[in-house]
Amino acid sequence: MNNSEQKTYALETKTVIKTYQSDSGTIHAVDDVSIQISSGEFVALVGPSGSGKTTMLSMLAALLQPTSGKILLDGQDLATMDDRQRVTMRREKIGFTFQANNLVPYLSAVENVELMLRLNDKLDKTGKLRARELLARLGLAERMNNLPGQMSGGQQQRVAIARALIHNPSLVLADEPTASLDTERAYQVVQTFAGLIHEQNRAGIMVTHDLRMCEFVDRVLLMQDGKLVRTYDNHDEIMNELISARH
Amino acid sequence: MRTIFSVSNYLAIKEVWRNRGRFLLVSMVIALITLLVLFIAALGEGLGNGNREYISKLNGELIVYQAKSDFLIAASRLDNNRLAAVRRVDGVADAGLFGTASANLILPTDSETLKVALLGIEPGHVGEPKVVQGQQLSTDLAEEVIIDRNTAIRSNLALGDELVIRVTQGIKDEFFKLRIIGITDGQQYSLQPSVFVPFYTWDRIRPKSEAEVNSSNPVANVILVKLSDPAQVESVKLGITNQVNNVEVASLKQAIQALPGYSAQQSTLNTQGGFTLFIGILVIGGFFQIQILQKVAQIGVLKAIGAGNPTVAVASIFQIIVVTVIGVAIGGLLTFLFSLTFPPTVPIVFNGTTSAIALIALLLIGPLGGLISIRYAVRIEPLKALGLSS
Repeated sequence: MNNSEQKTYALETKTVIKTYQSDSGTIHAVDDVSIQISSGEFVALVGPSGSGKTTMLSMLAALLQPTSGKILLDGQDLATMDDRQRVTMRREKIGFTFQANNLVPYLSAVENVELMLRLNDKLDKTGKLRARELLARLGLAERMNNLPGQMSGGQQQRVAIARALIHNPSLVLADEPTASLDTERAYQVVQTFAGLIHEQNRAGIMVTHDLRMCEFVDRVLLMQDGKLVRTYDNHDEIMNELISARH
Repeated sequence: MRTIFSVSNYLAIKEVWRNRGRFLLVSMVIALITLLVLFIAALGEGLGNGNREYISKLNGELIVYQAKSDFLIAASRLDNNRLAAVRRVDGVADAGLFGTASANLILPTDSETLKVALLGIEPGHVGEPKVVQGQQLSTDLAEEVIIDRNTAIRSNLALGDELVIRVTQGIKDEFFKLRIIGITDGQQYSLQPSVFVPFYTWDRIRPKSEAEVNSSNPVANVILVKLSDPAQVESVKLGITNQVNNVEVASLKQAIQALPGYSAQQSTLNTQGGFTLFIGILVIGGFFQIQILQKVAQIGVLKAIGAGNPTVAVASIFQIIVVTVIGVAIGGLLTFLFSLTFPPTVPIVFNGTTSAIALIALLLIGPLGGLISIRYAVRIEPLKALGLSS
């Protein structure tokens, strides 16, 4: 990636810190993390348990406010926004998929995807058509009207991906999207996700503990003890170092 | 705002529809509560009505009792002299003697008798109910009666028939034959079917003690008074109390409240109704609270993808309203169908106002009961709900 000085990033964080108070003192969950992600770039956030990646993701998702620092999404600072503004940002500018319990159980696959457009008051004929096309592209043409309970975990994840992308958000976040999937399904889901992020020119961040999934990303950010300790931005480097690091 | 309502209603309706079995079950519980509340209200109205019907429909404004009778009609004794004195008071347009007694009506086809209120009134004066069929009473001594429609239904007697009354006078059972010349409607007295008899006939045939049997001086219970100007209730009341010896005067409202057991009965039934509504609040509140507890993650997802608290709250309220309205509608329909099966002897009256108040109260218990769950839903933190919090 070319991080030139003049480049406008879809997402930029500046010295983000998140601390918690506990009986044993102050815990630095995220400590001075600065990252930049451009549109069309798919980034993996990896690190051992307790490294702060989930806290970081929560702040990027406008679900949690940093103790200090800036989180600029399309130039707007999430850190200074009140609850209402953050809800609006989540609705309009962010797409999110979670580990589990992703979908509204009483809405069918297509209704779950359309829900994002409803929330943004943008559900028209074109929107409905796009929702169906997106699901069809994700291989769910036959499952449009199925309820989440009638679909497999992989199918549900794909519906969640469609929901995260349908409203043209600037930033798409995925929290362990492959956690409940078998290897084959996991590869399929992440590959499709990466393809759509590149194709639709969104900025994408995936938190994962499964380093094999990094095969499909442009960059890997490694966090440890709340700090960003290393960035891998060469595909060969990712493949060689990260995957071999497993052994 | 429009988007919030449209998304909330969409989510609420979809959830109810896709889980219709579960929601219908709650609606059925609300329907049963509705049935119970409406029946208690109707029973209260029916019992109250049966108790006060004659007095509340009286074509007069005041009732004169013997002093210190505590406004109890049966405990009061007044004679003709007092009637004359009352009639002389300024502002009194008309006054009539009124006597009450219980008697047994011998039914032509049945071995059972029907207990009736035998009411002595003065023909042409205040206290004589208007007939809806037949004619009014003619003279004070005639052996003719007006009966209430309720009496006619329960005894199978019709206009022109002769009825037989059995009373105990002294130590003997006496039987009196009277001709039905008129039928009136909605004139029960103390929950008993009523028979209106000319006053002097009434005095002759009413149950008497041994001492009263040979007495020639007719004694009524109270005097019913019609005013020239109904707005002058207080001043005429004062006038009668001052000018007539040994009497006390009550307005119709006071007289109704003093009917034996009336206030206690009404307050008991109102308390029962109130408790049923309270139980309804607990049931609905409990259901929706459990429902919200089961949906924490789901609400967390909704909030995380940009549904604000207003959307979540309105969806919950709308859902509660839908379930309550369906329950109350089913309950109302069930009540109506059940009411068709009740015989006229059951004192149940579906009064428009009372039923409307009960229905409004029932529609309010849903949102009231759901308030806690709505508060809980609004407070759900998406981070915690999704397991993202550290």
